[in-house]
Amino acid sequence: MAIISLRGVGLCLAGNAGSVEVLRNISLSVEQGETVGLVGPSGSGKSSLLMLLGGLERATSGSVQVLGNDLGTMNEDALARFRREHMGVVFQSFHLIPTMTALENVATPLELAGARDAKERAHGELESVGLADRAGHYPSQLSGGEQQRVALARAGVARPDILLADEPTGNLDGTTGHVIMDLLFDLNQRHGTTLVLVTHASDLAARCSRVVELRDGQVVQPDLASVTA
Amino acid sequence: MSIGIAARIARRELRGGLHGFRVFLACLALGIAAIAAVGTVRSSLESGLASEGATLLGGDAEIELTYRFASAPERQWMDSISSQVSEIADFRSMASVERDGEPRQGLTQVKAVDDAYPIYGNVVLAPDMSLDTALIGTGGLPGAVMDRVLVERLGLAIGEPFKIAGESFVLSAILVKEPDNATGSFTLGPRTIIGLPAARQVNLLRAGTLFETGYRLALPDGTNLDALKSAADAAIQGGGFRWHDRRNGAPGVTRFVDRLATFLIIVGLAGLIVGGVGVSASVRSYLDEKVPVIATLRTIGAEGRTVFQVYLLQIGALSGLGIAIGLVLGAGLPMILAPLIEAQLPFRAEITLVPRALAEAGVYGVLVALMFSVWPVARAENIRAATLFRDATLGLTGWPRPRYIAVSLLLLVALIAFAALFTGEARMTLWSAVGLGGAFLALAAIALLVRVLARRLSKIDFLRRFPSLHLALGAVGGPGGEAMSIVLSLGLGLTVLAGVGQMDANLRGAIARDLPKVAPLFFVVDVQPDQIEGYRTRIAEIAGVEKIRIAPMLRGVITRINGRPAAEVAGDHWVISGDRGLTYSAEQPEGTKITEGTWWPKDYTGPPQISFAAQEAEEIGLKLGDTLTINVLGRDITAEITSFRDVDFSNAGMGFVLAMNPAALAGAPHSYISTIYGKGEAEVPIMRALTRAFPNVTAINVRSAIERVGSVLKGIAAAVTLGAVVTLSTGVVVLIGAAAAGERARTYEAAILKTLGATRGVVISSFLLRSAILGAAAGGVAILAGSLSAWAVMHFVMETDYAFEPVSAFVIVGAGVAVTLLAGLAFSLRALNARPSGVLRARE
Repeated sequence: MAIISLRGVGLCLAGNAGSVEVLRNISLSVEQGETVGLVGPSGSGKSSLLMLLGGLERATSGSVQVLGNDLGTMNEDALARFRREHMGVVFQSFHLIPTMTALENVATPLELAGARDAKERAHGELESVGLADRAGHYPSQLSGGEQQRVALARAGVARPDILLADEPTGNLDGTTGHVIMDLLFDLNQRHGTTLVLVTHASDLAARCSRVVELRDGQVVQPDLASVTA
Repeated sequence: MSIGIAARIARRELRGGLHGFRVFLACLALGIAAIAAVGTVRSSLESGLASEGATLLGGDAEIELTYRFASAPERQWMDSISSQVSEIADFRSMASVERDGEPRQGLTQVKAVDDAYPIYGNVVLAPDMSLDTALIGTGGLPGAVMDRVLVERLGLAIGEPFKIAGESFVLSAILVKEPDNATGSFTLGPRTIIGLPAARQVNLLRAGTLFETGYRLALPDGTNLDALKSAADAAIQGGGFRWHDRRNGAPGVTRFVDRLATFLIIVGLAGLIVGGVGVSASVRSYLDEKVPVIATLRTIGAEGRTVFQVYLLQIGALSGLGIAIGLVLGAGLPMILAPLIEAQLPFRAEITLVPRALAEAGVYGVLVALMFSVWPVARAENIRAATLFRDATLGLTGWPRPRYIAVSLLLLVALIAFAALFTGEARMTLWSAVGLGGAFLALAAIALLVRVLARRLSKIDFLRRFPSLHLALGAVGGPGGEAMSIVLSLGLGLTVLAGVGQMDANLRGAIARDLPKVAPLFFVVDVQPDQIEGYRTRIAEIAGVEKIRIAPMLRGVITRINGRPAAEVAGDHWVISGDRGLTYSAEQPEGTKITEGTWWPKDYTGPPQISFAAQEAEEIGLKLGDTLTINVLGRDITAEITSFRDVDFSNAGMGFVLAMNPAALAGAPHSYISTIYGKGEAEVPIMRALTRAFPNVTAINVRSAIERVGSVLKGIAAAVTLGAVVTLSTGVVVLIGAAAAGERARTYEAAILKTLGATRGVVISSFLLRSAILGAAAGGVAILAGSLSAWAVMHFVMETDYAFEPVSAFVIVGAGVAVTLLAGLAFSLRALNARPSGVLRARE
């Protein structure tokens, strides 16, 4: 069953110099438990597509359905709650909150959802990424790889249905990047989390069950699943 | 989502420390400290005045009569209702002593007291002795005690004889403290106390002399003061008396303290509002830095409301800290300075911790902090998670949701309402709010105008030849510019400063500007009818005397207008609030201009007629044919108004609101007053002639009296200046904060410009021009708005003329703009010295 379904989606961004058509007529379907790699040159619209999937950006045409919900009909707060319950997001630049310790960063999504055992679960999640001993450290006291592991723990702690990752290894060296990749795919295998990731790294893309390539805001390899859907 | 989660996240966020909040804290703390300090001193003074009410008044109640002593039945009534009555007489006179064959003299305010004086409090003398002993005197002369200022002026020694109005006394001691004198030495003549029996014996208080008597009553506990006052209306002949009681023992001082404190609190509030602009800028710049964090919170599921709560709680906690610092300073400073302040006061007041004053300052602080924070914090709700993927242009922009705009407006209304409530001066508060609001809008409008103009000008090809100017115009007119916040904070600060500066200069200048050209040299009172001819001849022959004017002088209280009680018709107009000088004349006096009606015939003997001052008549609403009942020396005279005339009260000459036909006042004992005009060199011979030939008259040297009043006004001006200094300090903090906040952007800009080939000179002059353009805009509005507010205060509150003082205006505004330039320059230099490669690499 398709957990994500895009139909004829377009995205125009308005700027001072006029509007730019970032995505054009995209149709895409992602099944539950699938791992999808979004690839393409810079500016092809990969990150924008990921933002649409996360409800971080609104499509200007077409429809974005996630877990049976039309994201276009939800307001900002409803989208925030939806993400809190169903999605995790990992960024290239980690985006940890600098004034919070690793443990607090991981616990925050659970706290926002009102979980009473937020700290215990966050601790367990840090343990699973191998950072239990760094729980009390602030982001500035962690290496890049460690920060991304904390970000990954934060994204996965609420056991989301979908994990979105925007070039998660882009700011890391090869070895550290591989550790992060292993952790990402481990989440998918252990919990059945659907994984959609944007990457330039061919080895990361190769580990995905499906690769979707974008060029000039369009999917260049038509997605058969969406065509038949 | 509970507020508990928001509080937890807020607490974690605050671990980042107070970085970026120094300006925020300083702005709040300074404003609140000023308000709390003024409130503390005011409350301490007021409670001092209240608890000392009976002592300051000299009794539980006082009945004051003009020109006369109480009659036997009146005194009998007073004795019947009081446990003790003290009788005093108060008049102005000349004290003199012979030195090397030359008389040396000084104006003095004489108080002749009976044995019962003082009922409350103690008179302190040096050397230490009782007042009764001091007044007995020695060598057959009655004793007197005198203020140290006058003793030194006359060069008197203890035990030495001197004269009052030609009558001899001996100085027994120096008067150190007089319990019933709340105004201290703020009188034209320093105090001399003599015994009332002695004064009567030597005939100092003969009929026609200008004196006032006071009957201080010690009343049994539980006496109803209002009922007693009503009883006095019936018991005192004609009701021609003034009533005071212990509930407000020193009304003049209370009013003065109230007015000045209210004014200073409003100046303090204006300072706090200026600080509010700094608060708002600090919050905005803090949130700008927090955009990624807020976007991250949004990404992981935080709702807009949660974001609002998280940051409002942080700002709330910091406001609490700022307010606490302000309150500690505001309560601490007056207590530290207490010995100094208390020593300056003529009555006992203890400067203590005043919880109410601190609570009021705290309420102002909370309201101002919230009012200026809600808007930027509410805009943080607009930050979308997508910001993390794109540039921060999606950050802190746009309008907050309508509910937050409504909250901001409600806070503003609450601030004005609380200020009106706390100060008890709703009108002054409201007008100040309107003034500040007007200045705020004018500044916002001018900031927008400057931005639009700068944008237009930057597109003119010709100006591209001047790269610094072109860059400056581009920066002022460009998006995300600092024009609005700089023009607002600088402009508001300068408006308050320019306004206060104008008031200060006007207060200081009013007397010097208006009087000396037309003022007489001397104002002479108590010239007796049998002395008039001799006086006129003797003075006229002194070289340098140009003009002598003489008029009979009585005092009377207007009790009824057209048969109705005067207060019902004229409210609290000054003309009916006490006794007024009253003259008579058969002919229209030289220089008077009748505006309506006609002067009575020279030999008129019909029913009493009155000529009334035209402007005052208009204010009260009098017209020709109206009747006035005037109580003169206990006798009611009802007269018809038959003319109005122009009277100039501003030139220290003779200005009588009331003039009557001679027959109306026939038989009333009276003296004459006189003004002597002439050249400065005539002063000494006139004084000598008066002391030798007419020792009973009192001559007031107008120049030194003006200087005395001037020194009081200078005291008020100094207090106002102190208030302005707090506003100035806040303004400077805001400006430095604004310059510091812009430093990062300037460093980046300078790096790019240098990379593109701009010299340091071009970059720095572009930064300076930018500050100059914004400073000139803010300064222009400040001069206009400040002058307008000063005019309003001078005209409506001080009730005096306003003249634009260009030096004060341009110096204050120029200095303010210079501070901005210097602060901008200081931070620009640091920006300029940063190496472009380092700056640009760090930005990637």
